[in-house]
Amino acid sequence: MTDAALQKTPLHALHLELGARMVPFAGYDMPVQYPRGIIAEHLHTRAKAGLFDVSHMGQARLEGAGAAAALEALVPGDIKGLAPGRMRYTLFTNEAGGILDDLMVTGAGDHLLLVVNAARKAEDFAHLERHLAGKARLTRLEDRALMALQGPAAAAVLARLAPGAASLGFMTGAALPVDGEACFVTRSGYTGEDGFELSVPAGAAERLARRLLREPEVLPVGLGARDSLRLEAGLCLYGHDIDETTTVIEADLAWTIQKRRRAEGGFPGAAIILGELASGARRKRVGIRPEGRAPAREGTEITVADGAPVGRVTSGGFGPSADGPVAMGYVAAAHAAPGTTLQLLVRGTPRPARIVPMPFVPHRYHRG
Amino acid sequence: MSTVKYTRDHEWVRVDGDVAVIGITDYAQTQLGDVVYVELPELGRRAEQGKEVAVVESVKAASEVYAPVSGEVVAINEVLAGEPGKVNVDPMGEGWFFKLRLANAKELDGLMDEAAYGAFVEGLH
Repeated sequence: MTDAALQKTPLHALHLELGARMVPFAGYDMPVQYPRGIIAEHLHTRAKAGLFDVSHMGQARLEGAGAAAALEALVPGDIKGLAPGRMRYTLFTNEAGGILDDLMVTGAGDHLLLVVNAARKAEDFAHLERHLAGKARLTRLEDRALMALQGPAAAAVLARLAPGAASLGFMTGAALPVDGEACFVTRSGYTGEDGFELSVPAGAAERLARRLLREPEVLPVGLGARDSLRLEAGLCLYGHDIDETTTVIEADLAWTIQKRRRAEGGFPGAAIILGELASGARRKRVGIRPEGRAPAREGTEITVADGAPVGRVTSGGFGPSADGPVAMGYVAAAHAAPGTTLQLLVRGTPRPARIVPMPFVPHRYHRG
Repeated sequence: MSTVKYTRDHEWVRVDGDVAVIGITDYAQTQLGDVVYVELPELGRRAEQGKEVAVVESVKAASEVYAPVSGEVVAINEVLAGEPGKVNVDPMGEGWFFKLRLANAKELDGLMDEAAYGAFVEGLH
Protein backbone atom coordinates (compact mmCIF):
# COMPACT_ATOMS: atom_id res chain seq x y z
CA MET A 1 0.00 0.00 0.00
CA THR A 2 3.01 2.36 -0.34
CA ASP A 3 3.03 5.04 -3.00
CA ALA A 4 6.14 4.97 -5.20
CA ALA A 5 6.00 8.74 -5.66
CA LEU A 6 6.52 9.32 -1.94
CA GLN A 7 9.99 9.72 -0.48
CA LYS A 8 11.23 7.34 2.20
CA THR A 9 13.31 8.08 5.28
CA PRO A 10 16.27 5.83 6.18
CA LEU A 11 13.96 4.15 8.75
CA HIS A 12 11.18 3.29 6.27
CA ALA A 13 11.87 -0.46 6.19
CA LEU A 14 11.99 -0.55 9.99
CA HIS A 15 8.57 1.15 10.22
CA LEU A 16 7.06 -1.52 7.96
CA GLU A 17 8.72 -4.29 9.97
CA LEU A 18 7.28 -2.80 13.18
CA GLY A 19 3.78 -2.94 11.68
CA ALA A 20 3.30 0.82 11.28
CA ARG A 21 0.34 2.24 9.45
CA MET A 22 1.93 4.47 6.82
CA VAL A 23 0.44 7.72 5.53
CA PRO A 24 1.66 10.39 3.12
CA PHE A 25 3.00 13.40 5.00
CA ALA A 26 4.85 16.32 3.37
CA GLY A 27 5.80 14.11 0.43
CA TYR A 28 7.09 11.26 2.61
CA ASP A 29 5.63 7.86 3.44
CA MET A 30 5.54 8.15 7.24
CA PRO A 31 4.28 6.08 10.20
CA VAL A 32 1.12 7.62 11.71
CA GLN A 33 0.95 4.88 14.34
CA TYR A 34 2.25 1.43 15.25
CA PRO A 35 0.02 -1.47 16.33
CA ARG A 36 -0.35 -0.27 19.95
CA GLY A 37 -2.20 2.81 18.72
CA ILE A 38 -1.96 6.57 19.20
CA ILE A 39 -3.26 6.74 22.79
CA ALA A 40 -0.88 4.04 24.05
CA GLU A 41 2.05 5.63 22.20
CA HIS A 42 1.16 9.06 23.58
CA LEU A 43 0.82 7.87 27.19
CA HIS A 44 3.99 5.79 26.93
CA THR A 45 5.96 8.87 25.82
CA ARG A 46 4.73 10.79 28.88
CA ALA A 47 5.45 7.83 31.19
CA LYS A 48 8.75 6.45 29.79
CA ALA A 49 10.24 7.17 26.36
CA GLY A 50 9.11 7.26 22.74
CA LEU A 51 11.30 7.09 19.64
CA PHE A 52 10.13 9.23 16.70
CA ASP A 53 11.44 9.28 13.14
CA VAL A 54 11.58 12.94 12.09
CA SER A 55 14.01 12.42 9.23
CA HIS A 56 11.60 14.11 6.83
CA MET A 57 12.47 17.46 8.43
CA GLY A 58 15.02 19.66 6.70
CA GLN A 59 18.50 19.80 8.20
CA ALA A 60 21.15 22.25 7.02
CA ARG A 61 24.43 23.81 8.01
CA LEU A 62 24.99 27.55 7.66
CA GLU A 63 28.63 28.63 7.72
CA GLY A 64 30.86 31.59 7.06
CA ALA A 65 31.83 34.67 9.07
CA GLY A 66 28.52 36.36 8.21
CA ALA A 67 26.23 33.39 8.91
CA ALA A 68 24.58 34.77 12.06
CA ALA A 69 24.09 38.24 10.57
CA ALA A 70 22.68 36.77 7.35
CA LEU A 71 20.18 34.66 9.26
CA GLU A 72 19.19 37.58 11.49
CA ALA A 73 18.09 39.44 8.36
CA LEU A 74 15.35 36.78 7.97
CA VAL A 75 14.33 35.93 11.56
CA PRO A 76 13.50 37.99 14.69
CA GLY A 77 15.59 35.80 17.02
CA ASP A 78 18.97 36.82 18.46
CA ILE A 79 21.32 34.60 16.45
CA LYS A 80 24.52 36.66 16.85
CA GLY A 81 24.18 36.22 20.60
CA LEU A 82 23.70 32.47 20.37
CA ALA A 83 26.63 30.98 22.31
CA PRO A 84 28.25 27.80 20.98
CA GLY A 85 26.12 24.81 21.94
CA ARG A 86 22.99 26.91 22.55
CA MET A 87 19.79 26.31 20.65
CA ARG A 88 16.97 28.73 19.83
CA TYR A 89 13.44 28.49 18.38
CA THR A 90 12.83 31.18 15.78
CA LEU A 91 10.68 32.09 12.76
CA PHE A 92 11.19 33.08 9.15
CA THR A 93 8.95 36.15 8.85
CA ASN A 94 7.52 37.97 5.83
CA GLU A 95 7.05 41.68 5.18
CA ALA A 96 3.49 41.53 6.57
CA GLY A 97 4.75 40.22 9.91
CA GLY A 98 3.47 36.73 9.02
CA ILE A 99 5.37 33.47 9.41
CA LEU A 100 6.99 31.56 6.53
CA ASP A 101 8.13 28.72 8.81
CA ASP A 102 9.35 27.99 12.32
CA LEU A 103 12.79 26.49 12.87
CA MET A 104 15.43 25.48 15.39
CA VAL A 105 18.90 27.04 15.22
CA THR A 106 21.86 25.64 17.15
CA GLY A 107 25.28 27.23 17.50
CA ALA A 108 27.84 24.56 16.62
CA GLY A 109 31.13 26.48 16.95
CA ASP A 110 32.13 27.69 13.49
CA HIS A 111 28.68 27.11 11.97
CA LEU A 112 24.95 27.06 12.69
CA LEU A 113 22.72 24.00 12.41
CA LEU A 114 19.16 24.54 11.21
CA VAL A 115 16.13 22.22 11.43
CA VAL A 116 13.05 23.29 9.44
CA ASN A 117 9.67 21.72 8.66
CA ALA A 118 9.47 19.01 6.02
CA ALA A 119 6.66 20.67 4.09
CA ARG A 120 8.57 23.98 3.98
CA LYS A 121 12.17 22.88 3.53
CA ALA A 122 12.45 23.51 -0.21
CA GLU A 123 10.97 27.02 0.16
CA ASP A 124 13.00 27.79 3.30
CA PHE A 125 16.33 26.81 1.80
CA ALA A 126 15.62 28.67 -1.46
CA HIS A 127 14.59 31.72 0.62
CA LEU A 128 17.84 31.52 2.60
CA GLU A 129 20.00 31.13 -0.48
CA ARG A 130 18.37 34.16 -2.14
CA HIS A 131 19.25 36.31 0.85
CA LEU A 132 22.70 35.06 1.81
CA ALA A 133 24.34 37.27 -0.85
CA GLY A 134 27.70 35.58 -0.50
CA LYS A 135 27.88 36.29 3.24
CA ALA A 136 27.38 32.66 4.28
CA ARG A 137 27.15 29.20 2.72
CA LEU A 138 24.16 26.87 3.13
CA THR A 139 24.66 23.10 2.94
CA ARG A 140 21.64 20.79 3.07
CA LEU A 141 22.36 17.74 5.23
CA GLU A 142 20.46 15.25 3.10
CA ASP A 143 22.72 12.41 4.22
CA ARG A 144 21.49 12.64 7.79
CA ALA A 145 18.46 11.14 9.51
CA LEU A 146 16.80 12.78 12.52
CA MET A 147 15.33 10.87 15.46
CA ALA A 148 13.66 12.20 18.58
CA LEU A 149 13.84 10.31 21.88
CA GLN A 150 11.26 11.89 24.18
CA GLY A 151 9.97 11.25 27.67
CA PRO A 152 11.05 11.17 31.32
CA ALA A 153 13.26 8.09 30.74
CA ALA A 154 14.97 9.53 27.64
CA ALA A 155 18.00 10.85 29.53
CA ALA A 156 18.66 7.59 31.36
CA VAL A 157 18.29 5.61 28.14
CA LEU A 158 20.55 7.84 26.06
CA ALA A 159 23.20 7.98 28.81
CA ARG A 160 23.73 4.21 28.29
CA LEU A 161 24.76 4.83 24.65
CA ALA A 162 26.18 8.36 24.96
CA PRO A 163 27.53 9.16 28.45
CA GLY A 164 27.85 12.86 27.55
CA ALA A 165 24.18 13.30 26.71
CA ALA A 166 22.88 13.49 30.27
CA SER A 167 24.96 16.60 31.00
CA LEU A 168 23.34 18.59 28.16
CA GLY A 169 21.01 21.32 29.40
CA PHE A 170 17.60 22.05 27.90
CA MET A 171 17.98 23.77 24.50
CA THR A 172 21.66 22.96 24.14
CA GLY A 173 23.44 20.63 21.72
CA ALA A 174 26.77 18.97 21.06
CA ALA A 175 28.49 16.63 18.62
CA LEU A 176 28.54 13.32 20.48
CA PRO A 177 29.14 9.70 19.56
CA VAL A 178 25.99 7.67 20.24
CA ASP A 179 26.83 3.96 20.39
CA GLY A 180 29.89 4.85 18.32
CA GLU A 181 28.03 6.79 15.62
CA ALA A 182 28.93 10.44 14.99
CA CYS A 183 25.72 12.28 15.96
CA PHE A 184 24.77 15.83 16.77
CA VAL A 185 22.57 15.64 19.85
CA THR A 186 20.32 18.41 21.17
CA ARG A 187 18.22 18.37 24.32
CA SER A 188 14.98 19.50 22.74
CA GLY A 189 11.78 18.17 21.26
CA TYR A 190 8.14 18.67 20.39
CA THR A 191 6.28 16.87 23.18
CA GLY A 192 6.64 19.05 26.29
CA GLU A 193 8.74 16.28 27.88
CA ASP A 194 12.45 16.06 28.53
CA GLY A 195 14.16 14.52 25.54
CA PHE A 196 16.67 14.66 22.73
CA GLU A 197 16.88 14.97 18.99
CA LEU A 198 19.66 13.00 17.31
CA SER A 199 21.00 13.98 13.92
CA VAL A 200 22.45 10.71 12.67
CA PRO A 201 24.37 9.64 9.53
CA ALA A 202 21.67 8.11 7.29
CA GLY A 203 23.58 4.84 6.97
CA ALA A 204 23.67 4.38 10.75
CA ALA A 205 20.07 5.40 11.45
CA GLU A 206 18.42 1.98 11.31
CA ARG A 207 21.06 0.30 13.46
CA LEU A 208 20.85 3.09 16.04
CA ALA A 209 17.04 3.05 16.05
CA ARG A 210 17.04 -0.72 16.64
CA ARG A 211 19.59 -0.25 19.41
CA LEU A 212 17.41 2.37 21.14
CA LEU A 213 14.28 0.23 20.71
CA ARG A 214 16.07 -2.62 22.53
CA GLU A 215 16.08 -0.50 25.70
CA PRO A 216 13.13 -1.60 27.87
CA GLU A 217 11.70 1.92 28.29
CA VAL A 218 11.56 2.73 24.57
CA LEU A 219 8.68 2.19 22.13
CA PRO A 220 8.30 3.53 18.59
CA VAL A 221 5.87 6.44 18.29
CA GLY A 222 4.24 7.74 15.11
CA LEU A 223 3.08 11.08 13.79
CA GLY A 224 -0.39 10.68 15.33
CA ALA A 225 0.92 10.79 18.89
CA ARG A 226 3.52 13.39 17.92
CA ASP A 227 0.59 15.65 17.02
CA SER A 228 -1.44 14.97 20.19
CA LEU A 229 1.67 15.41 22.37
CA ARG A 230 2.62 18.76 20.84
CA LEU A 231 -1.00 19.99 21.02
CA GLU A 232 -1.19 19.20 24.75
CA ALA A 233 2.16 21.01 25.13
CA GLY A 234 0.65 24.09 23.42
CA LEU A 235 3.25 24.01 20.62
CA CYS A 236 2.41 25.36 17.15
CA LEU A 237 2.13 23.22 14.03
CA TYR A 238 3.16 25.15 10.93
CA GLY A 239 0.45 25.40 8.28
CA HIS A 240 -2.23 25.04 10.97
CA ASP A 241 -1.56 27.26 14.00
CA ILE A 242 0.89 29.59 12.28
CA ASP A 243 1.29 30.55 8.63
CA GLU A 244 1.93 33.52 6.35
CA THR A 245 -1.30 35.22 7.54
CA THR A 246 -0.69 34.94 11.30
CA THR A 247 1.69 37.54 12.72
CA VAL A 248 4.29 36.66 15.32
CA ILE A 249 2.39 38.67 17.95
CA GLU A 250 -1.03 37.23 17.05
CA ALA A 251 0.56 33.78 17.41
CA ASP A 252 1.67 34.72 20.96
CA LEU A 253 5.30 34.12 20.00
CA ALA A 254 6.69 37.49 21.16
CA TRP A 255 8.97 35.54 23.52
CA THR A 256 10.99 34.46 20.46
CA ILE A 257 12.09 38.09 19.88
CA GLN A 258 15.01 38.82 22.19
CA LYS A 259 15.71 42.26 23.67
CA ARG A 260 18.31 43.40 21.14
CA ARG A 261 16.10 42.49 18.18
CA ARG A 262 13.16 44.37 19.74
CA ALA A 263 15.37 47.46 19.97
CA GLU A 264 17.07 47.11 16.58
CA GLY A 265 14.47 45.47 14.35
CA GLY A 266 16.06 44.54 11.02
CA PHE A 267 13.96 41.45 10.16
CA PRO A 268 11.12 41.13 7.62
CA GLY A 269 7.90 42.67 8.93
CA ALA A 270 9.69 44.30 11.88
CA ALA A 271 7.60 47.50 11.74
CA ILE A 272 4.32 45.55 11.94
CA ILE A 273 5.54 43.03 14.50
CA LEU A 274 7.14 45.61 16.83
CA GLY A 275 4.08 47.85 16.42
CA GLU A 276 1.79 45.03 17.55
CA LEU A 277 4.22 44.21 20.35
CA ALA A 278 3.78 47.78 21.65
CA SER A 279 0.05 48.26 21.13
CA GLY A 280 -1.41 44.76 20.85
CA ALA A 281 -2.68 42.59 18.00
CA ARG A 282 -6.33 42.42 16.96
CA ARG A 283 -6.48 38.66 17.58
CA LYS A 284 -4.54 36.13 19.60
CA ARG A 285 -3.72 32.42 19.60
CA VAL A 286 -5.25 30.83 22.70
CA GLY A 287 -5.85 27.47 24.35
CA ILE A 288 -9.44 26.22 24.32
CA ARG A 289 -11.01 23.58 26.54
CA PRO A 290 -14.34 22.31 25.10
CA GLU A 291 -16.85 21.24 27.76
CA GLY A 292 -17.94 17.62 27.51
CA ARG A 293 -16.18 14.99 25.44
CA ALA A 294 -16.71 16.07 21.81
CA PRO A 295 -13.46 17.15 20.12
CA ALA A 296 -13.51 20.43 18.15
CA ARG A 297 -11.43 19.95 15.02
CA GLU A 298 -9.39 22.37 12.94
CA GLY A 299 -11.69 24.84 11.19
CA THR A 300 -14.39 24.83 13.88
CA GLU A 301 -15.99 28.28 14.19
CA ILE A 302 -15.75 30.03 17.58
CA THR A 303 -18.63 32.34 18.55
CA VAL A 304 -19.84 34.41 21.51
CA ALA A 305 -23.13 33.55 23.23
CA ASP A 306 -25.32 35.41 20.71
CA GLY A 307 -23.72 33.48 17.84
CA ALA A 308 -21.43 36.22 16.47
CA PRO A 309 -18.19 34.65 15.16
CA VAL A 310 -14.99 35.68 16.97
CA GLY A 311 -12.49 33.15 15.69
CA ARG A 312 -11.62 29.68 14.50
CA VAL A 313 -9.93 26.53 15.83
CA THR A 314 -6.55 25.85 14.17
CA SER A 315 -5.70 22.54 15.93
CA GLY A 316 -8.06 20.41 17.90
CA GLY A 317 -8.54 16.86 19.01
CA PHE A 318 -8.42 14.52 21.96
CA GLY A 319 -5.66 14.91 24.55
CA PRO A 320 -4.91 11.47 26.03
CA SER A 321 -3.03 12.93 29.04
CA ALA A 322 -5.51 15.81 29.45
CA ASP A 323 -8.16 13.03 29.22
CA GLY A 324 -10.50 15.12 27.12
CA PRO A 325 -10.79 17.37 24.11
CA VAL A 326 -8.22 20.17 23.72
CA ALA A 327 -7.84 22.80 21.03
CA MET A 328 -6.04 25.96 20.07
CA GLY A 329 -7.16 28.71 17.78
CA TYR A 330 -7.38 32.42 17.17
CA VAL A 331 -9.96 34.70 18.79
CA ALA A 332 -10.49 38.45 18.71
CA ALA A 333 -8.35 40.14 21.38
CA ALA A 334 -11.41 41.14 23.44
CA HIS A 335 -12.25 37.44 23.99
CA ALA A 336 -8.75 36.07 24.53
CA ALA A 337 -8.46 36.26 28.33
CA PRO A 338 -8.24 32.92 30.17
CA GLY A 339 -11.59 32.08 31.74
CA THR A 340 -13.63 33.62 28.91
CA THR A 341 -16.58 31.42 27.97
CA LEU A 342 -17.23 30.96 24.24
CA GLN A 343 -19.05 28.52 21.97
CA LEU A 344 -17.72 26.08 19.41
CA LEU A 345 -19.91 25.29 16.42
CA VAL A 346 -19.43 21.51 16.13
CA ARG A 347 -21.47 20.06 13.25
CA GLY A 348 -23.85 23.01 13.48
CA THR A 349 -24.45 22.65 17.23
CA PRO A 350 -23.07 25.32 19.59
CA ARG A 351 -21.09 23.73 22.42
CA PRO A 352 -19.66 25.64 25.39
CA ALA A 353 -15.90 26.03 25.75
CA ARG A 354 -13.47 28.03 27.85
CA ILE A 355 -10.27 29.91 27.04
CA VAL A 356 -7.49 28.40 29.15
CA PRO A 357 -3.76 29.04 29.57
CA MET A 358 -1.48 26.67 27.70
CA PRO A 359 0.12 24.17 27.97
CA PHE A 360 -2.75 21.76 28.68
CA VAL A 361 -0.24 19.38 30.27
CA PRO A 362 2.66 20.94 32.22
CA HIS A 363 6.03 21.00 30.45
CA ARG A 364 8.62 18.78 32.06
CA TYR A 365 11.78 20.00 30.36
CA HIS A 366 15.17 19.30 31.93
CA ARG A 367 16.11 22.24 34.14
CA GLY A 368 19.29 20.81 35.66
CA MET B 1 -31.94 -16.81 15.38
CA SER B 2 -30.76 -13.33 14.50
CA THR B 3 -29.10 -12.45 11.23
CA VAL B 4 -26.21 -10.00 10.75
CA LYS B 5 -25.83 -7.92 7.60
CA TYR B 6 -23.11 -5.48 6.55
CA THR B 7 -22.77 -2.31 4.47
CA ARG B 8 -20.02 -1.07 2.17
CA ASP B 9 -19.50 1.76 4.69
CA HIS B 10 -18.54 -0.84 7.32
CA GLU B 11 -21.63 -0.75 9.51
CA TRP B 12 -23.19 -3.96 10.78
CA VAL B 13 -26.86 -4.55 11.53
CA ARG B 14 -28.17 -7.43 13.65
CA VAL B 15 -31.90 -8.03 13.24
CA ASP B 16 -34.08 -9.58 15.91
CA GLY B 17 -37.80 -9.40 15.08
CA ASP B 18 -38.52 -5.85 13.96
CA VAL B 19 -35.59 -4.28 15.86
CA ALA B 20 -32.14 -3.81 14.34
CA VAL B 21 -28.99 -3.27 16.44
CA ILE B 22 -26.35 -1.25 14.60
CA GLY B 23 -22.64 -0.67 15.04
CA ILE B 24 -19.38 -0.45 13.09
CA THR B 25 -17.31 -3.46 12.03
CA ASP B 26 -13.99 -4.67 13.35
CA TYR B 27 -12.41 -3.54 10.08
CA ALA B 28 -13.83 -0.04 10.62
CA GLN B 29 -12.56 0.27 14.18
CA THR B 30 -9.11 -0.95 13.12
CA GLN B 31 -8.96 1.66 10.38
CA LEU B 32 -10.14 4.43 12.73
CA GLY B 33 -7.80 3.64 15.58
CA ASP B 34 -8.57 4.63 19.18
CA VAL B 35 -12.18 5.86 19.38
CA VAL B 36 -12.49 8.84 21.75
CA TYR B 37 -16.06 10.06 21.15
CA VAL B 38 -19.31 8.79 19.63
CA GLU B 39 -22.17 11.12 18.80
CA LEU B 40 -25.40 9.11 18.81
CA PRO B 41 -28.84 10.05 17.43
CA GLU B 42 -31.69 11.18 19.69
CA LEU B 43 -34.32 8.66 20.70
CA GLY B 44 -37.33 8.87 18.41
CA ARG B 45 -35.39 10.22 15.46
CA ARG B 46 -36.33 8.68 12.11
CA ALA B 47 -33.19 7.44 10.39
CA GLU B 48 -33.15 7.07 6.64
CA GLN B 49 -31.17 4.34 4.90
CA GLY B 50 -27.81 5.64 3.66
CA LYS B 51 -28.07 8.97 5.50
CA GLU B 52 -25.75 10.13 8.27
CA VAL B 53 -27.08 9.15 11.69
CA ALA B 54 -24.07 9.18 14.02
CA VAL B 55 -20.44 10.33 14.19
CA VAL B 56 -17.48 8.35 15.48
CA GLU B 57 -14.30 10.22 16.37
CA SER B 58 -10.81 8.78 16.71
CA VAL B 59 -7.79 10.71 17.99
CA LYS B 60 -7.10 11.77 14.42
CA ALA B 61 -10.47 12.49 12.82
CA ALA B 62 -14.27 12.43 12.81
CA SER B 63 -16.14 9.94 10.56
CA GLU B 64 -19.82 9.74 9.69
CA VAL B 65 -21.86 6.63 10.40
CA TYR B 66 -24.73 5.97 7.96
CA ALA B 67 -27.99 4.22 8.74
CA PRO B 68 -27.81 0.74 7.14
CA VAL B 69 -31.64 0.63 7.12
CA SER B 70 -34.48 3.08 7.76
CA GLY B 71 -36.35 3.21 11.04
CA GLU B 72 -37.05 4.93 14.34
CA VAL B 73 -34.27 5.14 16.93
CA VAL B 74 -35.56 3.15 19.94
CA ALA B 75 -32.33 2.81 21.98
CA ILE B 76 -28.80 4.19 22.13
CA ASN B 77 -25.74 2.72 23.81
CA GLU B 78 -25.29 5.11 26.75
CA VAL B 79 -22.11 3.25 27.83
CA LEU B 80 -20.20 4.76 24.90
CA ALA B 81 -20.44 8.27 26.40
CA GLY B 82 -18.08 7.22 29.20
CA GLU B 83 -16.28 4.36 27.50
CA PRO B 84 -15.96 5.06 23.76
CA GLY B 85 -13.05 2.59 23.67
CA LYS B 86 -15.65 -0.23 23.81
CA VAL B 87 -15.97 0.33 20.06
CA ASN B 88 -12.36 -0.81 19.65
CA VAL B 89 -12.49 -3.64 22.16
CA ASP B 90 -15.82 -5.22 21.19
CA PRO B 91 -17.22 -3.56 18.04
CA MET B 92 -19.84 -6.25 17.36
CA GLY B 93 -20.91 -6.60 20.99
CA GLU B 94 -20.63 -4.04 23.83
CA GLY B 95 -19.55 -1.42 21.31
CA TRP B 96 -22.97 -1.27 19.57
CA PHE B 97 -24.22 2.22 18.67
CA PHE B 98 -28.05 2.30 18.54
CA LYS B 99 -31.21 0.30 17.80
CA LEU B 100 -33.81 1.02 15.14
CA ARG B 101 -37.40 -0.23 14.77
CA LEU B 102 -37.35 -1.31 11.13
CA ALA B 103 -39.45 0.75 8.72
CA ASN B 104 -38.95 -1.55 5.77
CA ALA B 105 -37.47 -5.02 6.32
CA LYS B 106 -36.93 -5.40 2.56
CA GLU B 107 -34.02 -2.93 2.79
CA LEU B 108 -32.05 -5.72 4.47
CA ASP B 109 -32.04 -7.70 1.24
CA GLY B 110 -29.67 -5.20 -0.36
CA LEU B 111 -27.02 -5.62 2.36
CA MET B 112 -24.12 -8.07 2.42
CA ASP B 113 -24.01 -11.24 4.51
CA GLU B 114 -20.88 -12.13 6.46
CA ALA B 115 -19.21 -14.02 3.59
CA ALA B 116 -19.89 -11.25 1.08
CA TYR B 117 -18.61 -8.58 3.49
CA GLY B 118 -15.49 -10.62 4.23
CA ALA B 119 -14.77 -10.81 0.49
CA PHE B 120 -15.47 -7.08 0.14
CA VAL B 121 -12.93 -6.23 2.88
CA GLU B 122 -10.37 -8.60 1.32
CA GLY B 123 -10.74 -6.66 -1.91
CA LEU B 124 -9.79 -3.43 -0.15
CA HIS B 125 -6.22 -4.60 0.52
